Amino acid sequence: MSAAPAYSEDKGGSAGPGEPEYGHDPASGGIFSSDYKRHDDLKEMLDTNKDSLKLEAMKRIVAMIARGKNASDLFPAVVKNVACKNIEVKKLVYVYLVRYAEEQQDLALLSISTFQRGLKDPNQLIRASALRVLSSIRVPIIVPIMMLAIKEAASDMSPYVRKTAAHAIPKLYSLDSDQKDQLIEVIEKLLADKTTLVAGSVVMAFEEVCPERIDLIHKNYRKLCNLLIDVEEWGQVVIISMLTRYARTQFLSPTQNESLLEENAEKAFYGSEEEEAKGAGSEDAAAAALPARKPYVMDPDHRLLLRNTKPLLQSRSAAVVMAVAQLYFHLAPKAEVGVIAKALVRLLRSHSEVQYVVLQNVATMSIKRRGMFEPYLKSFYIRSTDPTQIKILKVTCRVTEGFLCHIPQTYIRSMDKDFVAATIQAIGRCATNIGRVRDTCLNGLVQLLSNRDELVVAESVVVIKKLLQMQPAQHGEIIKHLAKLTDNIQVPMARASILWLIGEYCEHVPRIAPDVLRKMAKSFTTEEDIVKLQVINLAAKLYLTNSKQTKLLTQYVLSLAKYDQNYDIRDRARFTRQLIVPSEQGGALSRHAKKLFLAPKPAPVLESSFKDRDHFQLGSLSHLLNAKATGYQELPDWPEEAPDPSVRNVEVPEWTKCSNREKRKEKEKPFYSDSEGESGPTESADSDPESESESDSKSSSESGSGESSSESDNEDQDEDEEKVRGSESEQSEEDGEKRKTKKKVPEGKGEASSSDEGSDSSSSSSESEMTSESEEEQLERASWRKTPPSSKSAPAPKEISLLDLEDFNPPSVQPVSPPAIVSTSLAADLEGLTLTDSTLVPSLLSPVSGVGRQELLHRVAGEGLAVDYTFSRQPFSGDPHMVSVHIHFSNSSDTPIKGLHLGTSKLPAGISIQEFPEIESLAPGESATAVMGINFCDSTQAANFQLCTQTRQFYVSIQPPVGELMAPVFMSENEFKKEQGKLMGMNEITEKLMLPDTCRSDHIVVQKVTTTANLGRVPCGTSDEYRFAGRTLTSGSLVLLTLDARPAGAAQLTVNSEKMVIGTMLVKDVIQALTQ
Amino acid sequence: MIHRQKIGLQLSYPSPLSLKCYHEGPPLFVIEFLHRVWTHFRFDYFGVCSEPVIKDNVVVVYEVLEEMLDNGFPLATESNILKELIKPPTILRTVVNTITGSTNVGDQLPTGQLSVVPWRRTGVKYTNNEAYFDVIEEIDAIIDKSGSTITAEIQGVIDACVKLTGMPDLTLSFMNPRLLDDVSFHPCVRFKRWESERILSFIPPDGNFRLLSYHVSAQNLVAIPVYVKHNISFRDSSSLGRFEITVGPKQTMGKTIEGVTVTSQMPKGVLNMSLTPSQGTHTFDPVTKMLSWDVGKINPQKLPSLKGTMSLQAGASKPDENPTINLQFKIQQLAISGLKVNRLDMYGEKYKPFKGIKYMTKAGKFQVRT
Repeated sequence: MSAAPAYSEDKGGSAGPGEPEYGHDPASGGIFSSDYKRHDDLKEMLDTNKDSLKLEAMKRIVAMIARGKNASDLFPAVVKNVACKNIEVKKLVYVYLVRYAEEQQDLALLSISTFQRGLKDPNQLIRASALRVLSSIRVPIIVPIMMLAIKEAASDMSPYVRKTAAHAIPKLYSLDSDQKDQLIEVIEKLLADKTTLVAGSVVMAFEEVCPERIDLIHKNYRKLCNLLIDVEEWGQVVIISMLTRYARTQFLSPTQNESLLEENAEKAFYGSEEEEAKGAGSEDAAAAALPARKPYVMDPDHRLLLRNTKPLLQSRSAAVVMAVAQLYFHLAPKAEVGVIAKALVRLLRSHSEVQYVVLQNVATMSIKRRGMFEPYLKSFYIRSTDPTQIKILKVTCRVTEGFLCHIPQTYIRSMDKDFVAATIQAIGRCATNIGRVRDTCLNGLVQLLSNRDELVVAESVVVIKKLLQMQPAQHGEIIKHLAKLTDNIQVPMARASILWLIGEYCEHVPRIAPDVLRKMAKSFTTEEDIVKLQVINLAAKLYLTNSKQTKLLTQYVLSLAKYDQNYDIRDRARFTRQLIVPSEQGGALSRHAKKLFLAPKPAPVLESSFKDRDHFQLGSLSHLLNAKATGYQELPDWPEEAPDPSVRNVEVPEWTKCSNREKRKEKEKPFYSDSEGESGPTESADSDPESESESDSKSSSESGSGESSSESDNEDQDEDEEKVRGSESEQSEEDGEKRKTKKKVPEGKGEASSSDEGSDSSSSSSESEMTSESEEEQLERASWRKTPPSSKSAPAPKEISLLDLEDFNPPSVQPVSPPAIVSTSLAADLEGLTLTDSTLVPSLLSPVSGVGRQELLHRVAGEGLAVDYTFSRQPFSGDPHMVSVHIHFSNSSDTPIKGLHLGTSKLPAGISIQEFPEIESLAPGESATAVMGINFCDSTQAANFQLCTQTRQFYVSIQPPVGELMAPVFMSENEFKKEQGKLMGMNEITEKLMLPDTCRSDHIVVQKVTTTANLGRVPCGTSDEYRFAGRTLTSGSLVLLTLDARPAGAAQLTVNSEKMVIGTMLVKDVIQALTQ
Repeated sequence: MIHRQKIGLQLSYPSPLSLKCYHEGPPLFVIEFLHRVWTHFRFDYFGVCSEPVIKDNVVVVYEVLEEMLDNGFPLATESNILKELIKPPTILRTVVNTITGSTNVGDQLPTGQLSVVPWRRTGVKYTNNEAYFDVIEEIDAIIDKSGSTITAEIQGVIDACVKLTGMPDLTLSFMNPRLLDDVSFHPCVRFKRWESERILSFIPPDGNFRLLSYHVSAQNLVAIPVYVKHNISFRDSSSLGRFEITVGPKQTMGKTIEGVTVTSQMPKGVLNMSLTPSQGTHTFDPVTKMLSWDVGKINPQKLPSLKGTMSLQAGASKPDENPTINLQFKIQQLAISGLKVNRLDMYGEKYKPFKGIKYMTKAGKFQVRT
C-alpha cells in the first residue's frame, strides 16, 4: 500500500543503524539509479555468509513488500537462501516465496527440492512448515508433487503435520480443481482422525472442497460431536456450522408438529388484533389435528448434537457462541431454543462490531420467535454512547419483541437525529404489527406533533399518515386533531402531509375539511411550495366531493395558484382546473376526475427490514449483508422422511473406547471434558441419567396434567395446550425409554427426584425441554402431586391410633367411636339447654357435632391423672366468643386427686380462658367432666396453661383445629350466594380435588365436612353441590364453603372468608378429610 | 498487505486493523480473529496497537500473522504458543540478538500445540511460584433525571496472572457462586465441574489470561456507589446557561472512590463554558463539545462540585436535550456484587505457591441522564 513519504524517511533512518553503508533510504527512490543501487546492496547482503546480514536484508525486503514495492527482481538472490540454517531468515524467505512464486514460476522450481528434503526431516515442525510453504506456492507444475506430499503427510505420525496436510487440501484444490477426487480420498482419511487438532482443519477442508459429500460425515458424526468440546475455537465454529447442515439433511424436523402453530402465531403477529383472536382459535384446531400425525421421536444422534454443543454457549469466543446459537435456532425443538437467548445477550456487552452482528441476528430471531428475548429487555436499553447503528438495531429488536409501546422521551430528544427518525419509524412498525398497542402508539405519535424539532414532527406525521392509511374507517378523530394542528405546525412537510390526509379522507371529516381549506386559502401566498401543491390537491378533492360548499374556495385557490411564482404550482393549477371544472373540450377527462383523484390508494407496508433476512442462515455473512455472498450455501430444508440412521453406526464400535483409553493414558490427569471426550458407551452412561430423569419428570408432569384436566371441565383453554405438550413429552418419553433400554442405565434417580426436578432446574435446565412458563406449570403440578402422598401417609398412623388409643398420641383430628360422642354431647346438650340461644338452632342442624377426644395429659405423665379434651361445639355459656372445651379427667392412680383447678397461664395476646370450677376430689378409678371456655381469637395458636392439683402442676396446651374456631350459621341459598358474592377475589380460595370412591354419597360428604369444621349446611338446589356456612367465633366473620362435586369424582372446593388464614387452613383440612 | 483467499487482512489506514472479507463465512469468526490479533499485538508484543507501531515492526507482524493464519484459516492463536514461536521484541532481546546472532523465532514446535492442554506451554520454571487473581467488576448503569436507577447490572471478570512451575491443577471456589448469573470461561476451565459443583477447576495457561467473565443479573439489586447531583439549564432567551454538578458517594461499604472522571457531550449550541471545580481539573473542547472533569478521589466531607456558566450561540434556540453525564470511577478492595473467592487449591505439584486475590470495582457504561 502507499506509504506516507514522511514515514518511509523515518523508517529509512531507523532501518539500518548497524549497517550504515547499506543504509540507503529504500523509498526515496524517485531516481532509478539509486533504486538499482539499493537492490544491489540487498543482493550483496543476501550473498554474504553472515546470517545477520542476510536477516537484515530479508527484513528490509519484507518491509518493502509490506509497503507494496515490487521486490520481484530480487527473486534469484532470495531463493538461494531457502536452505539457510537460520530459522528466521528461512521464515522470511518463505514469506517472500509465497508472495512471488506465482510470478516467477521457473525460478521458484529451484526451491522445490529444498522443501522435498524438508518433508522428510525428523523434526515435525520442519516437515509441517515445508508442506505449508510448498502448498502455498501457486505453481501448477508442482501439483503432482503437492498431491504426493499431502497424501504422505496425511498419514504422518505427528498430528501437527496431519493438520497442516488438512490445511494444504483447499490450497491445492484452488490451484487445480481436477484433483478433487484424490483430495476427497485424503479428506475421508483425515476425517477418521481421532485427534482434536486435526478435526477442525479437516472439516474446514471438507467445507471448502466437497461440502456436498455429506455421506463422508456419517461414520464420523458421533465422533465429531463428542470431540467438539475439545477442538480449538476456530475448529468448533466450522464443525458446528457443518453439523448444522448435516443435521438438516439427516434428521426430521423437531418442530414439524409445531410448524402449523408457528405459522398461525406468525400470522397473528403480522395481522391485526382480530386475526390474533382467530389465530388462537385455529391453533386449537391445529392442535386437535395433531394427534392424527405420526408422533415425532427425536433421533438420539440429533439429541447428542444438541447436548454436546450446549456447553459451548459458555465459550469466551463470540463466534462459537453465535455458531451454537444458530445451530439451536435451526435445529432444536422450539421449547429448547430459549437457552441461547442468555448467551446472545451476553455478547451484547462485547465490542460494538460484535454487538452489531449479534443484534442483526437477534432481530431476525425475534421476528420468528417472538418473546425469546423478553426477559432481557433491559439489555436492549439504549445508551447515549452507543453508535447510531447499534441504537437503531436495539430499537428494532425491542419493537419486534413488542416492548416499545410507549415512546421513550429520552430517545426522541436524543441528539442523534438518524436514531430519532429510526425510533419513530420503529414505533410505526410496532403499531402495524401489534394491534393492541396501535392506539397507544398513535396517541404517542400525535403528541410528538407538538415537538419543536422539525424532523421529529415530519417523521411522526409521515408515520401517522401511513398508519391511518391502513385503517381508514376509524381515524376521524385523529384527522380532526391533525386538522386543528395546522394552525400550529410550521414544518412544511408535516403541513403537507396533514393536508393530503384531510383531502384523502375528506368524507370522514365533512365539516372540518372545507374549513381547513378556507384557512389555507387565506394563507396560501405565504405557504411553502410543497404545501401549496397539497392545498391545490385538497381543493380539487373537496370540489369533487362537496362542490356546493367549496366551489368558490377552489376557484379562489386555483386563481391564486395561477399567478404563483413557481411554475410547478402554476402547472398544477392549470392541470387541476382542466380536470375538475367541466369545460367544452375536456369533458371526457373531467367525467373521470373523481376516479383520478379519489382512487383508493394502497396502504404502504411498514415492515422491518429484517423480515426478509430469515431465509439466510443465521450468523452468516450473507445474513449480515442481506445479500447472497459468494460461496453461500443454502440451509437445506428438513427431509420429509428421515434417512436411514444406521449409516452413522460405526462398524467397529470398540475403537472409540480403545482410543479413549489410549488418550487417557496420554493425559496426565483427568481433564476438562474427559467424560465429554469419551465417546460411545462411557459417555452416554455419563450423561444419560440427566436426560432420563428429564423425560421422567416430563412424563409425570404429563400424567399430572391429564389428571387435572379430567378433573375440571372449565379448563378448556389449557387443555388443548396440554394436549400438544402431552404429545410432545410422550415423544421424548419414548425417546428416553428407547435410550434406556438400549444402554441399560440403572434407573431410579428419575422417579425419586421427579418432583425436585423443577426446583432444581438450574442444574437440569441443560436438558429441560420446557420454557420457563411451562416449568412453572410443572412446579405447580409437582407440588400438586406432593399432596396426595402426604395424605396417603397420614391414614396409617391413624389406623394405629384407633387400635391403641391409650398409648398413641394422635397428631391430628380424628373421628371417635359413636358412643363416646353420644354421651359427651348429651351432657353438653343438657348444659347448653339451660341457656337457650338462637345460635343453638343452627347447631342442631349440623348432624354431627364434636371431634374426637384429644389427650391433654397422659396418665403416666400426670402420675395417674389422665386428662382428655373434646370440642363440644356448644356455645359457651359465659362468653359467645369462646370455644367451649370439655375436659375429661380420670384418675387411674390408687389415691384420690384433690383440688383440680387451673393455674396461672401464659397466653399469647388476645387469647383468654374461662376457668372451670375447681374439682375438689377425684376418687381412684373415677372420672369427671368440666367445661371451660377458650377464646382463641380466630387463630390456631395453642392456649398454654397450667393444670394444678394440690400437689402437682402440669403444663398443658390445647391447640384447636381450625374447624372448631367457628360456629354454624343458618342461611338460605340466596343469602349464601349474596354473601359469597361479597367475598370474592383475595377472599376466595379454590382447590381441586379428587373424591375417592368411598365418599361419593351425599351423606358421607356432608358428614366429613361437618366433622372437620363446625359449619352448618345450607340447603341447595342442585344435587352435586354442597354448601356450608359459619361464622368465626371471635370476630364473627363469615366462612362459606362450597363443594362442587362432579360425577367422575373430580371436585372443586371453594372457601370464601374474610380471614384468609382460616380459609386456607380450612381448605387444607377439608381436602384431607375428604380424600382420605 | 497480506492477501489470503478467505480473509484479507489489511494493515493500513484509517484504523490499525481493518479487514476485507471476500467469501461467505461467519462474520463473527472474522471479527473474533481480528480481536485476537489486536490483543496479541497490544498485550504480548508491542504494548500498543497503533499504525506507527505496526509499521515499525512490520517484520514481526508478518511473522506473527504467518503463524496465526494459514491460507485464511486461524492456526495458532493461543498467546502461550505464539510467544514461544515468535518471541516478543524487548530491548534486552534485541541487544542480545545483535550480539549473538540468535533470533526471535523459536525453532522448536511448541509442545503445547500437540498436548491436551494446548493453552499451556510445557517446561515452565519459576523460582517464585505465584498465582494472582483480580476480580474486577464493572457497573453498567443508566440513572435517570431524578436519580433513580433505570437499569444497572454488573459485568465481572477474573483476570489471572499465574506464574507456576510445571503443570499445576488449580481449583478456585467461591463463597457465593449462585450470584453468577451468566458465565463464560477460558477454554481451560472444566465445564462439567462447574455445572455440578460450581467450582472452577483448571490447568492455567502460563502468564496473564482471563479466566472467567461473568454477569450478575439486573434482578439482583445493584448497589450504586455514587450519585450525581446536577443542575443544567438552558434558557430560551439568554445566551447563558447554568451548569452545576456535584458528585458524592453512596453505598460504598466504607471504601473510598478514586479516579473519578466525569465526561459529558455538550449540545452543539454550547460555545464555551466557564466553570470552577472545587477540586480536580476540567477541560472543555469547543470543537467536539466534550467536557471532561478529572475529579480524582471523593472526600465525603467535602463533595467535589463543578459550577459555572455556559455561553450559548446567540440566537439559536435552546437545545432539546440536556447532556448525558458519563462517569468513571474506581473502588479498590471491593467487589460490588459481593462475590467472594473462598479458596484456591493447587494439585499436581509439590511446592507451595504464593496466592493473592484483589478485588476492584469500576464504572463501566455508567450514565446519568439529566
